[in-house]
Amino acid sequence: MSSSDNVFVKKLGNKIINRTSLRGGASICICLVAWEIGRALKLPLLAAMPAPSEIFGVLLGLLANPGFWKNWVASYQRVLTGFLAAQVIGIPLALAMAVSRVFYGLTFSTFEMVRPIPPLAWVPISIIFWPTTETSIAFVIFLGAFFTVVINVLGGARNVDVRYARTAISLGSRPHDIFFKIVLPATLPSIFTGMAVGMGITWEVVVAAEMIAGKSGLGYLTWSSYVGGNYPQIVVGMMSIGIAGYLSSYAIRTIGRLSMPWLRIF
Amino acid sequence: MSISGQISIRNVCKIYDPEGMNVCAVDNCSVEIAAGEFCVVVGPSGCGKTTLLNAIAGFHSISSGEVYLDGKILCSPDFMTPPGSDRIVVFQNGALFPWYTVEENVTFGPVVQGVMSQSKAKKAASELLGELGLRDISQSYPGELSSGMKRRVEIARALLNDPKVLLLDEPFRAMDALTKGVVHEFLLQVYDKTKKTIFFITHDLEEALFLGSKVVIMTTRPCQVKHLVEVDLPRPRDFKARSSTRYLELKNLVVEAVHEEAKKAFEAGERELA
Amino acid sequence: MTLNIPADNSLPEPVFPIKMSIGTRVWFALRHQITNPSSLKSLFLSASGLILSVFLWFLVTEYFKLPRFEKLPGPLAVWREFISHDPSFGTSIYTVEYYKHIMWSTLRILIAFSIATALGVPIGLFMGWNKVFRDYSFPILELLRPIPVLAWVPLAILMWSGREEPIIFLAFLASFFATVLNTLLGVESIDEVYFRAASCLGAKPRHIFFKVVVPGALPFIFTGLQIGMGVAWFSLVAAEMLSGEYGLGYLIWDSYVLSQYPVIVIAMVTLGLVGFICSAAIRLVGRQLMRWTTRGEA
Repeated sequence: MSSSDNVFVKKLGNKIINRTSLRGGASICICLVAWEIGRALKLPLLAAMPAPSEIFGVLLGLLANPGFWKNWVASYQRVLTGFLAAQVIGIPLALAMAVSRVFYGLTFSTFEMVRPIPPLAWVPISIIFWPTTETSIAFVIFLGAFFTVVINVLGGARNVDVRYARTAISLGSRPHDIFFKIVLPATLPSIFTGMAVGMGITWEVVVAAEMIAGKSGLGYLTWSSYVGGNYPQIVVGMMSIGIAGYLSSYAIRTIGRLSMPWLRIF
Repeated sequence: MSISGQISIRNVCKIYDPEGMNVCAVDNCSVEIAAGEFCVVVGPSGCGKTTLLNAIAGFHSISSGEVYLDGKILCSPDFMTPPGSDRIVVFQNGALFPWYTVEENVTFGPVVQGVMSQSKAKKAASELLGELGLRDISQSYPGELSSGMKRRVEIARALLNDPKVLLLDEPFRAMDALTKGVVHEFLLQVYDKTKKTIFFITHDLEEALFLGSKVVIMTTRPCQVKHLVEVDLPRPRDFKARSSTRYLELKNLVVEAVHEEAKKAFEAGERELA
Repeated sequence: MTLNIPADNSLPEPVFPIKMSIGTRVWFALRHQITNPSSLKSLFLSASGLILSVFLWFLVTEYFKLPRFEKLPGPLAVWREFISHDPSFGTSIYTVEYYKHIMWSTLRILIAFSIATALGVPIGLFMGWNKVFRDYSFPILELLRPIPVLAWVPLAILMWSGREEPIIFLAFLASFFATVLNTLLGVESIDEVYFRAASCLGAKPRHIFFKVVVPGALPFIFTGLQIGMGVAWFSLVAAEMLSGEYGLGYLIWDSYVLSQYPVIVIAMVTLGLVGFICSAAIRLVGRQLMRWTTRGEA
């Protein structure tokens, strides 16, 4: 029906170009222009920073450079290994803690004592303990995501309404069923929230680790640009990390939305 | 007692436009409410009862028609009086500020309008709460109160501002029947004492006939006035009025009409309009 | 197997009448803990869990001396170092050095956190309150936020000339984003009905801002502050490890470089403790400001 098509197109157009998005676009442009001008005028903070024009130039050059993309791959590899390890170990652990009061009592106190220690503080211990640099970096990355995942999943699982379990029991379920068909699906939203937050932390740790002790990756790119005096490339590195991180979070959110059709909004 | 709070709703229409589909919420509705009258609007969920209340309160405008308060225009398609303390709303799920104590809630209106100083307002609030039997809880937070008490505090909060009209949007909907009975009597006492114009919305016909002087029965969407009943039960009313013959007569008159509209709404699967 | 699904936290929180002092409240809480059989059991479990972990640590590092673990400092070594009057590595609870490091880190955090809160909360509140302001500022925020704070290190060093400023800047950044975002969420979480009620009662915009928006957003603000504190520590440690002098992060890295392994653990544990105290302090302040949530259900 053409009239409803028109309405649809109009509404889609309205969604993309409306007052909000125009203002947003305007503010970004204004900031970029102000940055450029401020640097030219040698204003206090901006003087030492590279200018948007230079950055853009360097960016174009890098996009064609395969070495640039190799850094992307290296960082992603690290992120994924550490992140997956944290999920594989963290989720079952959290569920076990939620389900067994004894296990929770035994493990939670230690967990809470260790949790406030920032992951990067583990770097020296990690280097001493693990044989290679890569494994020690992976361990620190794992730690970063691990604590977030456990806390989120634990919170979600314990908040599962007892009445769901009771309904299941009265409908004839055994404990095994209750766990896999009630507790697990009900905890999925928290699992995915934990993943999204954990992903953010993972990127933080990866970048830091690459800066401190890495020889490849986007964090290494950023740091070595600084050391090598290629300042515009620093910003390119930063932007790349930001975009890479955003893409990973977006991927998680999409997977989450697909696996939880009962939630209209994730 | 000033003659204020007279409301005229004339030929009001309200058309919503969610997702590009024109939904007519209210269609050509006209109601005259005298000053100091207790008017109750009954209808199935999803009909435009709340729309009318929102128009009077100043939250939404209307598509056509006019609403007058004391002869002055209140709401029309191109004009809307913003919400004010002359027409105060008591909301369905309660809107007591959880972060203020009962006393702070009740003194909120006069203090914020600059009408009374903090200490004067506290004294006035204390008196009012005392009259309404709520003085003991004046230092409690809403989170500690039962729903019946919360609703009563909200009514007190509205009253301290001496509004012309009290608008109640299904305020007792979430209460159990026993609490409701007690709160009904409370509201009637308040009405008898203050004789304010009350515009009350409910889906419960029995509640409507028990409380109101004028009961307006609405059809399902698009809402029009189906019936108007003048309830001439003597005041003050108590719970025994529900068993009186006149009450049952009135109920018999309209219960079939209400039920018919309820069935239509049920079959249409109406969802609550805001 | 019997499935034990705990319905809620182990300790139900007793409801206190307002006029009790902090001391009395603590006494009541302690008494409740000791006399209540189920909470006694969980206390026992927690304590034994901790002791078990330390024992395990001892076993793998100092007793059995497992292949990779033997290089790590064990609890005995750490403890011996920690309480000795003349520590071989120069850091124990009796040395001034130890406290100097703690003080430097804490001071940096306090400055960074205070500025981040002082800027972040008002900005977040205003963003939630005023749509135009939000439309202009939100995109910039969302573009900068995904960039890990530590990616700013080189830029921070370029931007700021001194030695302390970049470190504080990094901790500030981390805390700032968390605070603004959570404050914004807090404002958006306020039920529309409160705004309507307030306008009915004659409140003008400035009243609505200070009497509805600010108190209504407080729970989220305090969650944001706790998160902000956590990430501030995170960034601070990293920044200190990269380019500091004094501070717990610096201590960790320095001890590693000088092969003074027990000190690493001392510093780590201290970090955990100080971080925990900071978060607890925020929670305490929050509970005081939001007394309506602890009494009964909000």
